[in-house]
Amino acid sequence: MSSHAHEHQPLGGRVLTLPFLICAALVAVAGVILFQRYTQGLGAASNLNDGYPWGIWVAIDVVIGSAFGCAGYVIALLCYILNRGEYHPLVRPAVLASLFGYGLAGLAVLVDLGRYWNFYHMMLPWYAQPNSVMLEVGLCVATYTLVLVVEFAPAFLERFGIEGLRAKLNKVLWVFIALGVLLPTMHQSSLGTMMVIVGHKLSPLWQSQMLPVFFLLTAILMGFAIVVWESVMASLNFRRPMETPVLSKLAGLMLVVASLFVVLRFVDLIVRGQIGQIFGGPQSGWFVVEMVLMISGLALLIPKANRNRSRALFLSASLLLAAGILYRLNVYLIGFTPAVGPWHYFPSVKEIMVTVGVFALEIALYLLFVKKLPVMHAVHPEHG
Amino acid sequence: MSKNMMSTNKMSKSRTSVSRRGFLRNAVKGSAAAAAAACTTVVAAPPEANALVRPPKPLPPDAVGLLYDSTLCIGCKACVTACKEVNHMPPDVGPAQQGWNAGGGDKPIYDSPVELSAKTLNVIKAYSHGTGATKDAAENGFAFIKRQCLHCADPSCVSVCPVSAMTKDAKTGIVNHDPSACIGCRYCVLSCPFGVPKYDYNDAFGEIKKCQLCKQQLAKNELPGCADVCPTGATLFGRTEDLKAEAKRRTALKVGEYAHFPRGDIAGKVGGQRSGHEKLVEAAYQTHIYGEKELGGTQCLAVSAVPFDKLNLPTNVPENGYPTLSEGIQHTLYAGMIAPATVFAGLAYLAHRNTKNHTDE
Repeated sequence: MSSHAHEHQPLGGRVLTLPFLICAALVAVAGVILFQRYTQGLGAASNLNDGYPWGIWVAIDVVIGSAFGCAGYVIALLCYILNRGEYHPLVRPAVLASLFGYGLAGLAVLVDLGRYWNFYHMMLPWYAQPNSVMLEVGLCVATYTLVLVVEFAPAFLERFGIEGLRAKLNKVLWVFIALGVLLPTMHQSSLGTMMVIVGHKLSPLWQSQMLPVFFLLTAILMGFAIVVWESVMASLNFRRPMETPVLSKLAGLMLVVASLFVVLRFVDLIVRGQIGQIFGGPQSGWFVVEMVLMISGLALLIPKANRNRSRALFLSASLLLAAGILYRLNVYLIGFTPAVGPWHYFPSVKEIMVTVGVFALEIALYLLFVKKLPVMHAVHPEHG
Repeated sequence: MSKNMMSTNKMSKSRTSVSRRGFLRNAVKGSAAAAAAACTTVVAAPPEANALVRPPKPLPPDAVGLLYDSTLCIGCKACVTACKEVNHMPPDVGPAQQGWNAGGGDKPIYDSPVELSAKTLNVIKAYSHGTGATKDAAENGFAFIKRQCLHCADPSCVSVCPVSAMTKDAKTGIVNHDPSACIGCRYCVLSCPFGVPKYDYNDAFGEIKKCQLCKQQLAKNELPGCADVCPTGATLFGRTEDLKAEAKRRTALKVGEYAHFPRGDIAGKVGGQRSGHEKLVEAAYQTHIYGEKELGGTQCLAVSAVPFDKLNLPTNVPENGYPTLSEGIQHTLYAGMIAPATVFAGLAYLAHRNTKNHTDE
């Protein structure tokens, strides 16, 4: 039997491929725009204003980007907490995706902060304001990013043959695994609580004391969906065998979580007496699109046979991801109306290019890491 | 191993895995149902019994504020100018005035703010309808409204600020902002139900700006700029309790009555004694005192003859501040960090046990 060190292998291959170079170019464009942002202020690069002080840099880069980063969270939960060993091959790629998702969400915060040079005040106890949901989110996300670094460290240590430290780390890794499940549970739900305080400014279609529950559910759902999505993409692009048997089990879990989300959404609307808002209330169209995406994504998984078809799995994961993205966008931007005065917001081209740049950086680093480090599960000849 | 045995083996194996899967499925279904039931109870519970709502915060007894009387305001905007002078704020020139208002060099010569901004902490706005002939009439009339921070009893901006840059003074109740602590996240801008705090998007080192009730003037026993210069007493300074009583007196006045209207400080202490004036009540006051109940009450109040929704103030707000809802969730889930600590202990136990089973990591 092969030693454990060979369970994961670097994919190898050229680094400077066309996708990598395109990503690098997009990162460079974002860099130029950020130079403007830091020399002339937020207004020089964005359409942010006092009616919409938070735009896509918060809603997409942080709120949606960190949900993409929930891959590591859900897989660690399945693998180590529920002791489902069959998900093991998915752990490292998922943790790596999370590391970049969260690391870059943190970077995006520095792009958006108006007084970024003070950002470390969040970490200093004498500035802390314990009622602030954002303080909890900030501290959790910062700690979780460090936890992800530790969780991913075995891949580094393995690559560079630092076996002694690796063995030591393995003995205490359970502490970090437990933190790595606790922290996202806390801050992903808090991302929902963050919008409770805007009150009447968020449409009753989304404003609810249940926001933390819905954000936790979409985090878990998007975590599963991104694992499926990424696994299929990796199999296609790196010409590896499909991981369909494992993914079909994840599909069953996606079906449960998505159904729970839909049922609770409607129960919440009925209990709050806002069900009528679906028909012709402001922004109701966006609610309908959100629900159609979610329901069609889960409906695709109801026939058991579909859960073993990589096409159906991929399509369903894409629909559920889109539904999660739209739900979060609805809460943070589309369903939000400022208090006083006519305000308008649509992201500027520069603002969009910065967001594109953040995601391009994520993809470029992911490509680099899977080629150079033992991230992907080794494909044994008897399987391949 | 015989063929027969192998198949039995396989069968028993598949049976156990089926039953385990069945168990897991039932467990998931059961916990989903329990979660759904719990969530429904939480949402359906009335606010006073709801564990996810914290009690509202009362006003400090010596809280100070302003009473703005729209029927007394003549729209002279002296308060806008005084506010800029006292707080050293730059002029704010709207796009329509840029052409003729360039002045010498960079400096515009005429200040023309139309809305609160990072350059304007106090502004007078006008409502007009139809012919705009009658003052303080909703139909074919016009009216003024003063916009500035209302200094809430339970402010959203203070509740959301992660670094204590936005604070509420325990004695005066004034909502202060400290730019040296601020990280510029603009959560205060997003959360304010009245759209008050503003950020300067055109400055690489922009600051959050809002009215701080001229705390520097009050420290010198002088009036806030706006109340100091108001010629008609439309902006009146005082203890919020006194102002509330005055607002109640005014809203009870009848059209055609003569009434006394004080100026400066309602108690005649801050900034010295001032003479008020007698005036005929020409338009019927709305009974609604803006800020008396809105979001748990505010220290700055307004009375008017024109409904407040026409004056572009939010009137669809609850009587408790939104922090009672968001902090309610937060304090329930994280009270004493007991729940997270318990969850962590459980997770750590499982992770410790289960990582031993895994060959790798």
